[in-house]
Amino acid sequence: MRFLFKTDYGQDIRLLKHGGQRFWYALLGIALIAAPWALSEYQLAQASLICIYGIVGLGLMLLTGYTGLVSIGHAAFLGVGAYAEAILAARGWPLPLSFAAAVLLSAAVGVVVGLPALRVRGIYLAIATLAFGFIVEEIITRWEALTGGNSGLPVAAASLFGRALDTTAEFYFLSLACAALAALVVINLLRSPTGRAFIAIRDSEISAQSMGIHLARYKTVSFALSAALTGLAGALYAHKLRFLSPDQFTVIQSIELLMMVFIGGIGSIHGAFLGAIFIIALPQAISGVRPLLPQALASAAGLQPTVFGLILIGFILFEPMGLYGWWFKTRTYFSLFPFYRRGTFKRRKAFQKSERLR
Amino acid sequence: MSAALLQVDRLSVQFGGVKAVSNVGFALRQGEVLTLIGPNGAGKTTVFNLISRIYQPASGAIALDGVDLLRVAPHRVAALGVARTFQNIELFENATVLQNLLIGCHTHRATNVWQELLFLPAVRREERKLRERVEQVIDLLDLQHHRDSLVAGLPYGVRKVVELGRALAAQPRLLLLDEPSSGLNVEETDDMAFWIQDIRDDLGVTVLMVEHDMSLVSRVSDRVLAMNQGELIAQGTPAEVQAHPAVVEAYLGKAA
Amino acid sequence: MQLLQILVSGASQGCIYGLIAIGFVLIYKATETVNFAQGELMMLGAFAGLAAATLLGLPYWAAFLAAVGALALFGLAAERVVLRPILGQPAFAIVMVTIGIGYMARGLITMVPAIGTDTHALPTPFQDELVRLGGLVIGMEHVVVIGTTVVLCVLLFALFRLTKVGIAMQAASQNQLAAYYMGIPVRRLNGFIWAISAAVAAVAGILLAPITFVHANMGFIGLKAFPAAVIGGFGSLPGAIVGGLIIGLVEALAGFYLPEGFKDTAAYVVVLLMLVVKPNGLFGETMHKKV
Repeated sequence: MRFLFKTDYGQDIRLLKHGGQRFWYALLGIALIAAPWALSEYQLAQASLICIYGIVGLGLMLLTGYTGLVSIGHAAFLGVGAYAEAILAARGWPLPLSFAAAVLLSAAVGVVVGLPALRVRGIYLAIATLAFGFIVEEIITRWEALTGGNSGLPVAAASLFGRALDTTAEFYFLSLACAALAALVVINLLRSPTGRAFIAIRDSEISAQSMGIHLARYKTVSFALSAALTGLAGALYAHKLRFLSPDQFTVIQSIELLMMVFIGGIGSIHGAFLGAIFIIALPQAISGVRPLLPQALASAAGLQPTVFGLILIGFILFEPMGLYGWWFKTRTYFSLFPFYRRGTFKRRKAFQKSERLR
Repeated sequence: MSAALLQVDRLSVQFGGVKAVSNVGFALRQGEVLTLIGPNGAGKTTVFNLISRIYQPASGAIALDGVDLLRVAPHRVAALGVARTFQNIELFENATVLQNLLIGCHTHRATNVWQELLFLPAVRREERKLRERVEQVIDLLDLQHHRDSLVAGLPYGVRKVVELGRALAAQPRLLLLDEPSSGLNVEETDDMAFWIQDIRDDLGVTVLMVEHDMSLVSRVSDRVLAMNQGELIAQGTPAEVQAHPAVVEAYLGKAA
Repeated sequence: MQLLQILVSGASQGCIYGLIAIGFVLIYKATETVNFAQGELMMLGAFAGLAAATLLGLPYWAAFLAAVGALALFGLAAERVVLRPILGQPAFAIVMVTIGIGYMARGLITMVPAIGTDTHALPTPFQDELVRLGGLVIGMEHVVVIGTTVVLCVLLFALFRLTKVGIAMQAASQNQLAAYYMGIPVRRLNGFIWAISAAVAAVAGILLAPITFVHANMGFIGLKAFPAAVIGGFGSLPGAIVGGLIIGLVEALAGFYLPEGFKDTAAYVVVLLMLVVKPNGLFGETMHKKV
C-alpha cells in the first residue's frame, strides 16, 4: 500500500505523482521505443495503427467523455484529415506543413459541426453530428475532381525532410511521436482551467455558466480540439493505408469509434489507447479462434460484428468503466492487498434520472 | 452609510399568466447581510435568477456598483464579482470536491487555451495560485477530509458546504445564497451561521440570502425583506419584519 | 401528374420512416432511451415474416401477425435481459447498449446459413397489383403502407389517450423513483413499451419488404428515421409521423429534381435546417430545468 503525503501543490499538479508512476511509465517508454527491435514487421504495423486509433480515441474522449457532447459522426473528421493530407502530400507539401493544414482544416470543420451544439443538447446534438457525418461523406464522394470519389485516392508514403518514411519502423516512430504528443496535449488540457470547464459543461451547464464559463466558446473549443486530434490521426491514417476511399469514413465507422472508446473506458486517457488495442486485436483474436469453431460458424461474415456487439453489451452490463475499469480494479486489488473487498467499487443502485431536465 | 452595492428597481417578470416577481425594488448595502423571506412561491429564487441573468425581466433595472446588469450576458456576471449557490444543489457530480472548487475560480483564470495545451510555466504558476486560494476556502469550511472525493458519493450536508465553498472560491463581492440551511440539521445550521458571519466580517463579502429558518435569519441578518406572491411586503430589521402584520398574515393567514 | 406520382411514393416511404420513428419516440417517451437498434428490429421483423411465410408456409396475413408477435416477444426479452439491469446508468451507456444490440442482430442474421448476405423476396399477394386513381398509377404496396400506417396511428392514439398507460409512461420517464412510489409497475411498463415498439418495427419491416426486398442491411433505413423523429420533435408521436412524411417527400423530390447524391443527404440537410430554426422540432417540448 502506498501513502502519499503531499507537502507541495506541485505534487498535485505534476503529471507523474510519485516514484512508482515514474518507474512504470519510464519502463513503458523504453518498451515503446525498443519495439521495432522486438516485434515483427506485421506487429509493428499493427502498433502504428494502435497509435492512430488511440489518437482518434483521445479526440472522441475529449468531446464525448469530458465535455459530454455525443458525436456520432466522428469518422467525418478522420476523413477530412486523411483526404487533406493525401491531396496536399500529392502536391508536394512538406510533411509538417501538410499535417498542420490537415489538422487546421479538421478543426475548422469541427467548429462548423459544433454550431448546432450552441443551440441544442443531448439526442438532438447527436443527430446533428450524425447528419454532418453523412453530409461530409457525401461531399467526399461527389467531389471527384479533388478526392477521386468512389474510385479512391492513392496516397504516397510519408516523407519527412525529403526522406521517405517507407519502412514500418520509421512510420511507427512517426505515429508514436504523434500519439505521445496528442496524449500530452490532452492531459495538459485536463489539469488546467479549460479542461475543468469542459467537465463543468458536462455535469451542469447552468452552474458552469454562473461560474463564468462561456458555454458557446468552450463547446466550440472542445469540438475544434477534438476534430483537430482526429484530423491528425486521419493524416497518419492516409499514409498508413496508402489508399483512401469514402467507404472508410461512413457512419458505421463513426459508430465503431464510439464503441471502441466505450469499451476502452470512457473518461480516461488510458481508455483511449486500451480501446484502440481492443479494436485492432479483435479481428486477430477472432481469426485465431476460427479454427476451433464449427465450419458454418467460422466462415460466416457476420462473426466479427456479432462478437463486437456482444463484447460491448457485456462491458456495459458488467463493467461500465470498460477495459480501464478492469485495469484500475486489478491494480487497486494489488495495491490494497489484502484489504481489497468486493464492495470497494460496488455501484449504488440508482434510479433513472430525467436527462431532459439537466 | 455604505454605498449601495446592488440596486434593484421595479423588477418584474411573468411566466405564462403568473406574475412571479412584481415591482420588486431594494438597495443592498456594501458589507451587509440581507435576507429574503417569504412563503414558498413568493418569487425569492426568481429574484436570484434574475440577478444571475438566468431569466430576463419584463421590466425594471438591476445595477451592480453602477454597472447595468441587464446588459450583461449570464456568463459575464461572475466576472463582475457575483457568485451564487443553488437551491437544489448544482454541483459537478463526476468531479472531485477540489475540482469543483477550482472550477469556482474560473473567472480568475489568467491563461489561454494555447498556453494550457503546452502547459507552459505560466500555467503551472497560475495553477499553484488557484490551488492556494482554494485551499484557503477548504480551510475555512473544514473540507480537508473530502478534498479528493467525488461529489457523487458525498452526503447531503457536505454537498451544501461544497456548494458554498465553490461560490466562495471565486472571491466574490456579492454572494447569493439560496436556502443555505435547507436540509441541514441543527449542528450543520450552526456551522452555517458562523460561516456566514465570518464571510461578512472577515472576508468583507456582501451576502444576499434566501432563507426559511427564522432563527438563522435572526442571528445572521442585518436586514430582512419579506416577499409574498411576487411582491415586497415588508423591509427592516429581523425583529421589525417578523412583527409586521402583513408578514404574519402571509405566513399564518388572516385572523378569523 | 408525374409530380403527384413522386409525392405518393415519397409519402409511402415517409410512412415507413414515420413508423420506425414512432418506435424511437415510444421508447424515448417511456424510458428516455434512444434505441439505435430500431432499424435492426425492423429488419428482424421482415425476416420473421419471411421465415413464417417460407418455412412455416403461412399465408401472408398470418405471417404478418406471426412476425409482429415474434418481434413483440423479442422486444420484451431484450428489455428484460439487457436493458433492465442497466437502468440507472447514464443515458450514453444505455444508447451504447442499443447500438450493441443492433450490431449483434445484424451480425447474427448474416450468420444464419440460409440467409447470409443475400437479398430475399417476401411473397406478397398484392405485390404486382396496381391502383389507378384518376391519372395516377400507384403500386398497391404503397397504398397498403399508407393505409396500415393510418390504422396503426389510430390504434396507438387510442391506446395512449384512452388508457392509463400513456400517463404512466410519461410519469415513469420523468421521475422513475416517484413513479415506483405511486404504484406504477415501471419495469413491466418498460417491457410493454419495448414490445409495442418492436411490433411497430416489425410492421414497418413487412410493409417495406415488397419495396426494398429483405436483406441484412435493411436496418440502415433506420438511420434516416432519426432525422424524422428529430424534425417532429423527439417526444411527440404525431410529430414522428409528420417528420417521416416530410423526409419522405423531400427525398422523393430531391431524387427527381436535384443531381445525384442529393437524395441521400436531403434528409440530413433538412434536419440541420430544422435544428437551426426550431431546435426542439415541430411538436417538441421545451423543458427547462428549474434551478
